[in-house]
Amino acid sequence: MSATAWCWLVLLFPLLGSIVIALGFRALPQKAAGAIGTAAIGLSFACGVAALVSLLGDSPDARHHASSLWNYASVAGLDIKLGILTDQLSVFMVLVVTGVSTLIHLYSFGYMASDEGYHRFFSYLNFFVFSMLLLVLAGNFVLLIVGWAFVGFASYALISFWYRRETATRAGMKAFVINVVGDIGLVLAALLIFREIGSFDYGTVFQRAPEVFATNEWSVTAICLLLLLGAFAKSAQLPLHTWLPDAMEGPTPVSALIHAATMVTAGVYLIARTHALFVLAPTAADIAAFIGLATLLVAATIALVMTDLKRAIAYSTMSQIGYMVVGVSIGAYGAGMFHLMTHAFFKALLFMAAGSIIAAMANEQNIDRMSGFGRAMRFTSIAMLCGGLALAAFPLTSGFFSKDEILAYAGSRGGMYVVFTVLGYFGAFLTAIYTFRLIFRILPGEPCPEAQELIDTGHVHHAHPFNPATGEEEDTDVGFPGPEHHIAEQSASMRVAMAVLAFLALVGGLIQMPGIDNVVANWLDPVFADSPLAAIHPSTEWSWIGLAIGGAISLAGIWVAHLLYVRRPELPRSLEARFRGLHTFLFHKWYFDEAIDFLVVRPALAIGRWANRVFERFVVDGLVTGTEETVRGTSGVVRAVQNGFVRSYALLLIAGFAGLALYFLISSS
Amino acid sequence: MEAVLFFVAAIGALGGAIGVIAMRNPFYSVLALIAHLFSLAVLFLLLTAAFVAAAQVVVYAGAVMVLYVFVVAYVGGGGESAWEPIPGQRLLAPLLGIALFVELSVAVLGSALKALETKGPDVGAGFGNPAAIGRLLLAAVGAIVLAARRREAEGDTPSKHSPTRLEGVSPSAPQA
Amino acid sequence: MNITWYIVLSSLLFSTGVLGILIRRSPMVILLCLELMLNAGNLALVAFSRMVGNGQGQVFAVIVMVIAACEVVVGLGLIVAIFRRKLPLNVDDLRELRG
Repeated sequence: MSATAWCWLVLLFPLLGSIVIALGFRALPQKAAGAIGTAAIGLSFACGVAALVSLLGDSPDARHHASSLWNYASVAGLDIKLGILTDQLSVFMVLVVTGVSTLIHLYSFGYMASDEGYHRFFSYLNFFVFSMLLLVLAGNFVLLIVGWAFVGFASYALISFWYRRETATRAGMKAFVINVVGDIGLVLAALLIFREIGSFDYGTVFQRAPEVFATNEWSVTAICLLLLLGAFAKSAQLPLHTWLPDAMEGPTPVSALIHAATMVTAGVYLIARTHALFVLAPTAADIAAFIGLATLLVAATIALVMTDLKRAIAYSTMSQIGYMVVGVSIGAYGAGMFHLMTHAFFKALLFMAAGSIIAAMANEQNIDRMSGFGRAMRFTSIAMLCGGLALAAFPLTSGFFSKDEILAYAGSRGGMYVVFTVLGYFGAFLTAIYTFRLIFRILPGEPCPEAQELIDTGHVHHAHPFNPATGEEEDTDVGFPGPEHHIAEQSASMRVAMAVLAFLALVGGLIQMPGIDNVVANWLDPVFADSPLAAIHPSTEWSWIGLAIGGAISLAGIWVAHLLYVRRPELPRSLEARFRGLHTFLFHKWYFDEAIDFLVVRPALAIGRWANRVFERFVVDGLVTGTEETVRGTSGVVRAVQNGFVRSYALLLIAGFAGLALYFLISSS
Repeated sequence: MEAVLFFVAAIGALGGAIGVIAMRNPFYSVLALIAHLFSLAVLFLLLTAAFVAAAQVVVYAGAVMVLYVFVVAYVGGGGESAWEPIPGQRLLAPLLGIALFVELSVAVLGSALKALETKGPDVGAGFGNPAAIGRLLLAAVGAIVLAARRREAEGDTPSKHSPTRLEGVSPSAPQA
Repeated sequence: MNITWYIVLSSLLFSTGVLGILIRRSPMVILLCLELMLNAGNLALVAFSRMVGNGQGQVFAVIVMVIAACEVVVGLGLIVAIFRRKLPLNVDDLRELRG
C-alpha cells in the first residue's frame, strides 16, 4: 500500500476508537474500553511505521505525496479538498504523536482505573489523538484549521474532565478562550494567504510564495505574525501562556499527552511546516525566536520557585518549547524537531512519575509536603530520575544531544544569534537547577507520612477527597477523581509505559550524534531544503565543543541543586528572605495573570455590561419595541374603521363616492 | 306663472325633505314625506308628466305611505337619544352632504343643458278621481288617529301590550 | 324654466336624503330618507325626459316607483319583525345577525 493509504488508516483508527467507545460506553466493560482505546492508537502507530517504511522506498527528494478523499469546494477559484500531505515531516510527527500516545494510553489504563468517567476519558483521548493527527497530516490550511480547532476542543474537554471541580472547568474555559485568540490569528493568516496566493494547498502555497512575495514585504510579514499568534497560543509562549499552568487541573495522563508531548508542540510544527513563508519574512522569524527565548527564561525562573509539582513541570514544558521555537525560527529545523521528539519522551515520563507520586500522596501536589519517596517507591523514583537527567541535559541522555544542537546552530549562524546561544546555556543551567530541585526535594530524605505508610503497609495513603488547589472537599462520584489512587508499583500497565519512555529518554539521543549519525536530520532535511538557513551547519568540532559546554553546565546545575537542597537546606530559605521581592515576583508568575486580567478581561467585561445595560436596552429593545408600538398604533387606527356601525360604513361609502366624483370633475375640467 | 309654481312646489318639496330628516317623531316624518310627495307631483305636472304625477300620488302617497302610516302606528317609535355613539358622524355627515350637493351641482351646471321652453304633450287625464282618493286617505288617517286616542283614553299604550294583539281591531290570529 | 333648476333641486333633495340616512338612527326614518333619494332620482329622470323629448324617462320613473314600493314592503316587514322580537329599533344596536 502507498504511504498515503497508510496515513489515511493512521487517521481512521483513533476516530473509530473514539466513536466505538463513546457509543458503547454502557455496553463495554471498563477494561474493554481501555483496551480498545489503546489498541486503536497502537494500530495507528503501526500504520505510521508502515508509512515510514513505504516512504523509505522512495528517493529522498520524492518523499512527499499528497492525497485527497474528496473536494469540499471547487468553485470560483477555491479548491479545498479533504487532503493530506505525506512527507518526512508529517510522518515524523505521526510517529512521535502515536508512539507517545500509545504509551500514555497504556499508562491511563492503570492510572484512571477507578475513575467513574473511564469510558469518557478514553473516548476523549482517542478523539484528541485523531485531531492532532489531522493537524499534522493536513495537506492544506483549511484542514489544518479544522484539526487545530478540534485539538483545542479536545484539550478543553480533557482539562475539565473532572467537571464538578470548579477550578477545572474554569481552567478549561481559560485554555479554550486563549486558544481561540490563536485560532483567530491562524484563520486570518490562512485568508491572507488565500488572498495573496490564491490557494490553500500546501504545495501550491509554498511553491509560489517566493514568486508572490518579496522579502520582508508587509503582507508576508503580516501572515507570519498571524501564524505566530496561533502558534504561540497553542504552544503556550509569552504572552498567551497563562492557560498552561492552569491546565494542570486535568488528570495526569492528560498533562502528559497534551501538555507535554503533542498539543503544545503543534505551534512548533506549524512554524516548521510554514518555514517557506518565514524565510521570506525574517523579521517575523526573529520576533518568534526572541519570544521563544524570553519564554524560555521567564518559565525557567518561575519553575525555580513553584511549589506545585505538576505546575513546576508545566513551566518546564513551556521553557523547553521555547527552545524548540527558537530552533525552528532561526533555521535549526532538524534540531528543533529532534528536541521535540526527545522532549516528548522525557516530559511524558516526568509527568507519569509525578502522577504516581501524587497518587501516593492521595492527590496532594505540594512538594513542600513530599519527601523520601526514593525509598518508598523505587520504580517511580528511577523513572523520575531518568526523566530528570534527560531534561537537565545530563551528558549522553537524549536531552543532552537535542538541546545543545539547537544552541550550536545558533552559535554557528553568528551575528546577533550568539545571544541565543549564551542565554540558551543560561536557561539550560536554570533547567538543571529546577529539575533537580524537584528531584532532591521529593526523592531523598526522611519519608513523609504518606511515604512512610507506603513503606510500612504497602498501601497507598487514603485521605478524604479534596481539591489540591483550593483544599475544598469533594466526593468520588463521576466528575471527580475516583476513590482509588494507582501508583506505578502496583499497576503493570503504568510500569510498562514508564519503562519504555525511560529507555527512550536515556538512549533516544544516540540516533542524532553530530558527526556519527544524523538520522533525524537526514530524514527531515529534504523538507527544509528550500530554506537557505538549512545550509548552515555547525562543523562537527564546534558541535562537540558545544555539547561539552552544555554537559558541563548541566553538571554544574545539578551540583548547585544538590548544594541548595541536600547539603545546605537552610540556604534556600535565607535566599528567599534576602530576595523577598524577587521571590514574590517569581512566585506570582511575573504577574502575567493579573496583567491580562487588567488589560483584557476587565475591559471586555465592562463592554459586555455596557452592551447589556445601554445598547441592548435602548437601541435593540427600542427598535424592537418601537416597531411593535408603531404597528400596534397603526393597526389601532385602522381597526377603528371597522366599528360595526352601519351608519359609519354608509358615511365611508358616501365619502368614497364624493371623492370619486371630485376626481372625475377635476379630471374632466 | 310657471316659475312661481315651480318655486312654491320646490319649497314644499324641500321643506318636506327637511322635515323628514329633522323631525323627532317618526310619525311626523311620515307626514312630512307625504307633503314632499305631493309637491313632487306638482313638479311632475310642471314637467308635463301627468301620468307620472298621478302615479306618484296614487302609488306613492296613496299606497306606500299608507303602509308606512300603519307600520308607524303599530311600532310606535319615540324619538332617538341625542347622544351620538360614532365620533365625528355629526360633523362629517352634513359636510359630506354639502359636498355631494356641490359636486353634483357643479357637474350639472358645468355641462351645457339646453333649456326647453316648449311643453310636451299632456300625458295624464282622467286617471282616477283625485277627490275620491283624497277622501279615502283622509278616512284612513282619521281611523288611526281615533284608535290612538281611544287607546290613550283607556290608559294604555301600544308598548304595554303583547305585540300580537292590537286594541280596537279584531284579532286575526288565535290567542298565543 | 330651465331644466337645470330641476336637476339642481333633484340633487339637493338627494343630498338631503343622504344626510338623513347618515344622521338618523331609527330604521323607519332611514327608509323614509331612502324614499327621498328615490324620488329625487325620479325627478331627475322626468326632467331629463322632458329635455330629451321622448317618454322613456317617465317610463323609467314609473318602474322606479314600483321597485321602491316593493322595497318598502320588505323593509317595513323587517321592521315589524324586529319590533315583534322586542329588539331595540336602533340601527346602531342592530349590529349582529342573531337567531
